Amino acid sequence: MQDGIEHGSPSGLKMGTTIIAVEFDGGVVVGSDSRVSAGASVVNRVMNKLSPLHDKIYCALSGSAADAQTIAEIVNYQLDVHSIEVDEDPLVCSAATLVKNISYKYKEELSAHLIVAGWDRRAGGQVYATLNGLLTRQPFAVGGSGSFYIYGFVDAEYRSDMTRQECQEFVVNSLSLAMSRDGSSGGVAYVVTIDSEGVEEKCILGNQLPTFYDPDI
Amino acid sequence: MRLTITRFAVSFTVIIWRHVLKKFIHNLYVEFLIMEKQHSYSQVKGVSTGTTILAVKFNGGVIIGSDSRASMGESYVSSKTINKLIQVHDRIFCCIAGSLADAQAVTKMAKFQLSFHSIQMESPPLVKAAASIMRELCYSNKEELQAGFITAGWDRKKGPQIYVVSLGGMLLSQPFTIGGSGSTYIYGYVDAKFKPDMSLEEAKQFSINALALAMGRDNVSGGVVHLVVITEPGVKHIVVPGDKLPKFHDE
Repeated sequence: MQDGIEHGSPSGLKMGTTIIAVEFDGGVVVGSDSRVSAGASVVNRVMNKLSPLHDKIYCALSGSAADAQTIAEIVNYQLDVHSIEVDEDPLVCSAATLVKNISYKYKEELSAHLIVAGWDRRAGGQVYATLNGLLTRQPFAVGGSGSFYIYGFVDAEYRSDMTRQECQEFVVNSLSLAMSRDGSSGGVAYVVTIDSEGVEEKCILGNQLPTFYDPDI
Repeated sequence: MRLTITRFAVSFTVIIWRHVLKKFIHNLYVEFLIMEKQHSYSQVKGVSTGTTILAVKFNGGVIIGSDSRASMGESYVSSKTINKLIQVHDRIFCCIAGSLADAQAVTKMAKFQLSFHSIQMESPPLVKAAASIMRELCYSNKEELQAGFITAGWDRKKGPQIYVVSLGGMLLSQPFTIGGSGSTYIYGYVDAKFKPDMSLEEAKQFSINALALAMGRDNVSGGVVHLVVITEPGVKHIVVPGDKLPKFHDE
């Protein structure tokens, strides 16, 4: 600890992260940063943490990179099987339940938090948080180490009647604020918008992110 | 001849004695601080201010604010309405984050030294002087102490100022600053919402909103909001009780 390097068990890849998902009337917007760190070094600065579970269902990964990716792959497979069995597109609630089942059953071994968000025909846009094995539907959800710094901001700025455009701005602003304060979040911002028409993926480069007042400049 | 030797012996003794006395008093003072700290170890975890504190500079003054909860361990609230804004001089206030015992000991010491200093200088002290005294105390006792301070006030030389003294003793001047355990949740909010040169009303609303948001998310911050507005004409203490705090979307 003295020389700034962490000794002891080798630190796995951690996605100290900021992830956020917001529901609007007709769809959802999901966003994440792109930094993967191992101890003090950044091993991937452009990782896309928004992973598709199905055509219109995405999940945002945070926590241990290995655990989160594995959960996403397993659920992707299970969801494919399920959608063949019922012969239609799966519900977001089903995807979230599958994620929750794995998170809960292996809660001692795993340390990953996935936010599941998507659009389905029955209930429109939905966001589910699955922290530690709980399943809850929320109008918006934030997660990852960077989320602590923006709790105040999202509490103050979220409104339930935002349009698609306003939601995207809200997500990008929140990610930018978190990335500027959290050492484990950074890089570019990935934003995915899902609605009845389809899926729109956007990548916002570091120098195009919104900036805020900085007293030292 | 004997007279000279006697005189020499006396002055020699006096010099040694003064030196010893100074050391003795200094040791007493350090022991005083250590004693305070050890005393807080004897309880479960001591009274600590899991806290949210902030200070904002606006056009013509500063606002310094805090919540009002003091907790022991993480689950017992030992006081719902403690005032963490300590007046160290007429127009200089401090707010404390960290161990309450350490903070009270340091601010008591600083208040004494500041009043002595202002008598010597025959004028009200500079805010920077107050902050430097805190910094001296924090830096030289950094092993024993566990408290960070925000010092804010108004003086004739530089007007409204805010200084933050962090845990190890770094001194920094900023247009606004937040501290305490609850501050992590509002970094994003204050980064987005702060504007330089706000009016008094805007600054008040900014502080109340920020503190309310932090108190809503941090379980060791809560109670009422204490605000002190420091301007050239004087000092005003405002208390915003829990039911008058702004509500946000999920409340």
